Amino acid sequence: MKDFIIPWDDDRDMGTRAATGAPVTLSIDGFEVTVPEGTSVMRAAALAGIAVPKLCATDSLEAFGSCRLCVVEIEGRRGTPASCTTPVGPGMVVRTQSEMVKSVRKGVMELYISDHPLDCLTCAANGDCELQDMAGVVGLRDVRYEAPEEGMRTHFATRDTAGGLNPEWLPKDDSNPYFTYDPAKCIVCSRCVRACEEVQGTFALTIEGRGFESRVSAGGVGDDFLTSDCVSCGACVQACPTATLQEKSVIELGTPTRSVITTCAYCGVGCSFKAELNGDELVRMVPYKHGAANRGHSCVKGRFAYGYATHSDRILNPMIRDTIEEPWREVSWDEAIGFAAAKMRGIQQRHGRKSVGVITSSRCTNEETYLVQKMARAVFLNNNTDTCARVCHSPTGYGLGQTFGTSAGTQNFDSVMQADVVVVIGANPTDGHPVFASRLKKRLRQGAKLIVIDPRRIDMVRPAHIEASHHLPLRPGTNVAVVSALANVIVTEKLYDEAFIRARCDWDEFQEYAEFVSDVRHSPEMTEILTGVPAEELRAAARLFATGGNGAIYYGLGVTEHSQGSTTVMGIANLAMLTGNIGREGVGVNPLRGQNNVQGACDMGSFPHELPGYRHVKGAEARAIFESAWGVEIDPEPGLRIPNMLDAAVSGSFKGLYCQGEDILQSDPDTRHVAAGLAAMECVIVHDLFLNETANYAHVFLPGSTFLEKDGTFTNAERRINRVRKVMAPRNGYADWEITQLLANAILKETGGAGWHYTHPAQIMEEIAATTPGFAHVDYALLEERGSVQWPCNDDAPDGSPIMHVDGFVRGKGRFMITEYVATEERTGPRFPLLLTTGRILSQYNVGAQTRRTDNTIWHAEDVLEIHPHDAEVRGITEGSWVKLASRSGETSLRAHLTDRVSPGVVYTTFHHPDTQANVITTDFSDWATNCPEYKVTAVQVGLSNGPTAWQEAYEAQAEHSRRILPAAE
Amino acid sequence: MSPDKLTRMANQIATFFRTQPGPDQAERVAGHLNDYWGPEMRAELKAHAEAHADELDDLVKRALPLI
Ligand code: SF4
Ligand code: SF4
Ligand code: SF4
Ligand code: FES
Repeated sequence: MKDFIIPWDDDRDMGTRAATGAPVTLSIDGFEVTVPEGTSVMRAAALAGIAVPKLCATDSLEAFGSCRLCVVEIEGRRGTPASCTTPVGPGMVVRTQSEMVKSVRKGVMELYISDHPLDCLTCAANGDCELQDMAGVVGLRDVRYEAPEEGMRTHFATRDTAGGLNPEWLPKDDSNPYFTYDPAKCIVCSRCVRACEEVQGTFALTIEGRGFESRVSAGGVGDDFLTSDCVSCGACVQACPTATLQEKSVIELGTPTRSVITTCAYCGVGCSFKAELNGDELVRMVPYKHGAANRGHSCVKGRFAYGYATHSDRILNPMIRDTIEEPWREVSWDEAIGFAAAKMRGIQQRHGRKSVGVITSSRCTNEETYLVQKMARAVFLNNNTDTCARVCHSPTGYGLGQTFGTSAGTQNFDSVMQADVVVVIGANPTDGHPVFASRLKKRLRQGAKLIVIDPRRIDMVRPAHIEASHHLPLRPGTNVAVVSALANVIVTEKLYDEAFIRARCDWDEFQEYAEFVSDVRHSPEMTEILTGVPAEELRAAARLFATGGNGAIYYGLGVTEHSQGSTTVMGIANLAMLTGNIGREGVGVNPLRGQNNVQGACDMGSFPHELPGYRHVKGAEARAIFESAWGVEIDPEPGLRIPNMLDAAVSGSFKGLYCQGEDILQSDPDTRHVAAGLAAMECVIVHDLFLNETANYAHVFLPGSTFLEKDGTFTNAERRINRVRKVMAPRNGYADWEITQLLANAILKETGGAGWHYTHPAQIMEEIAATTPGFAHVDYALLEERGSVQWPCNDDAPDGSPIMHVDGFVRGKGRFMITEYVATEERTGPRFPLLLTTGRILSQYNVGAQTRRTDNTIWHAEDVLEIHPHDAEVRGITEGSWVKLASRSGETSLRAHLTDRVSPGVVYTTFHHPDTQANVITTDFSDWATNCPEYKVTAVQVGLSNGPTAWQEAYEAQAEHSRRILPAAE
Repeated sequence: MSPDKLTRMANQIATFFRTQPGPDQAERVAGHLNDYWGPEMRAELKAHAEAHADELDDLVKRALPLI
């Protein structure tokens, strides 16, 4: 398998964006070229292999036409037009190289270079600088400007000729942890400003002043990059042609010499990156312009926050211990695997087949996840496999399965560029799915409308230069009531798409649904008391969605993590079917998946009741496929889910757990219960990068490999299977799939089962394709050729499926489901009068194990509690005070932040830091269908406190005690 | 699993299916329990129901013989 040399298509900078018009033929330097109408002369030339010199143009941005380096001659036109801003015309005759344009270009370069330091050899961009390249291309040999008497005015000399300070010189801005801004090297091409606006949509940068005084400026007066609105996405750094905006890693490590295309391991957007290296030292990550999910953009996490891979906390040697009271002992891989295998085997012999289980990870690759569930089914011979996807998107699986017939988002990300009305419900895209948010903001700037349904005024409600048409700030826990009220308006005002419903759905079911939802109890006026959403606003939103053209719904954990999570998902599917917004570009129902491979983890059969490909274990046909592939008998009954495993552990029937890449102690609800369950087990095997919180209760620690150190695939929120490529050798010695295989084989040796013999993850994918219909045509060769593919990819859809349910629903007819609102049992009362809801922020990821070990902590050093000033005032709470947050389950302390982003009566926090232990507070209420925990609603009280609670201190002490490692015995 | 939790979860499922049209609500509750709950959980629920049937939603009671 050759993973290092990839025949990627062209990733030259073509200067301007691709156009899509009718073909136009012209002549460039005597060559005939045919390009779509609307293409610039510059791009047409580039397509013909002729690179016109340029500085202010780059193909991720609109042409700007400011540098005049790209001038050409066009027959019949006067002067020298800029090729980046001149569109092609039929029959045009272009000359890109003539005496006239050469002399203009030289003049332009001379002017630039006269105000640019000539320290190229020691410059961080040496070899990767467009200014340097262009000086070379135009053949600039000397700069003929004569200094005037009082000396040359420059931006780069620190002192003037008289030895005084040069007032034009500005110091470097080092405030951002990942890149620097060195004004001395700026050529004011404004590529950075335009990237921040057009690509990222943050508008943090401006050009201040005019002429010689022009400067790039982040934020307002007195701001630097860190204090400005900058979200550190790095788009400006990537766009900058000089060393003015430069990655600190390149300054420190030098320009990279090789690159590997791979996929971000953080969120469900699944951005493609070029990992750029020297030897096996990673220098920088650059979003890959042909990445189909991200189109050359990224966020701060994927681009910059990879330092955890080399953090000193990372564990590189296997460790074991007999009890969790003991310190860890570093041992060889052989010893650790032998120890773990003997323990698990012993437990099964003493306590039965079902006394052990596995937890797969939505952070690991498809191949790894497949192997871990195979471990449960083919090695332990039970269905005790579950995944942390349970705690986020299991209601998506159930809800969309019931209504549409399959558990996945219906669109690709590109589809949003065709949407006219976008509904964002219970998601916070600017923080959770930043690259998607940038696309969405771009579409909104083009005129699409936005409806936000969220208890909190998320950034999407009012980002720079756009504003949501409607924000419905509902009370946490009333999603179903709001969604039904929207449907009530659409049905009672007859705004539904009858033709679509008749053609694509079951008409009788629709009529039952219509009757149900038309009842006056679902009207906005009646639900207002419950939901807190003004009826008029809700009516207006419903009308806009039903009549505004292509309507697309995007939702997140604010929908699923409720006791009626599955019901809300069905309600959302109803809305899409009612309005005919399914089955084409620009519409659809799109779950925004939290972690990188939530989709894949679900696809790969991680759940205890489902084999890979969402086939219930009760189905004899599906079982037969795996029984013959694996040579074992598969249990037809569902196995234990995570909470059941923990309950069974407490009651003594569940004793051993293999947990790969998840930190259930931090991420699952009701921390105390999880801790009690783990403490009751005889053998907990944690397979992870760091001694995570769960490892405090582990007996075997198997060090994992990072996404940079292994091959595999991730499946993003648009069902896109992206390749993860081994960029460097695993520092821990093995890729994760190899470790699972070692453990499986050690157990199989004891039990006499047939061993596993995978030598590359490509073979695991072959097995997946052979057993799982939606993956039938997927293999590494196809991914190599196409870059990525969206499942289903099989005989029916050999090229994959960018959009689903195009000609009919997967289940046949779309099914309307009755969605009655049922209040959660978690209610406020005199003791707990406030509602807590939880979420995440841009710079941190999930439980923070990775991002907390990077410089991203500069943006979020601790979790804080957002509280409305009114609720704060009556409790005597001021900005930054320590407060105690208490619920029926427990209490914790953190600092308060006063803000009117949350409504009175609602408080909000994140769960990125283990010392906060937000999950000590959350209760064990859960979604009725899938038991996805109800993280988004907890009744709480908030009061002043003077520091961490006794529980936090005891927890910290236990954690510290249990993390001790003995030096390795020689 | 604690009997309270089992009872609560089973009742939640019944609450959903009660709202669904058709005469087969109990069958659908049973179907859901069979599909998503392991045999141990179902057995615990049945055992608990023997002495505490009054805590269970009527639909759950009707579903019990089918699980
Ligand atoms: S890093 Fe991103 S947000 Fe910050 S200034 Fe650059 S483009 Fe704008
Ligand atoms: S910082 Fe870079 S991209 Fe921005 S104006 Fe200066 S040279 Fe151009
Ligand atoms: S975290 Fe998400 S949005 Fe950011 S780079 Fe990674 S995949 Fe892209
Ligand atoms: S590249 Fe065309 S004007 Fe700058």
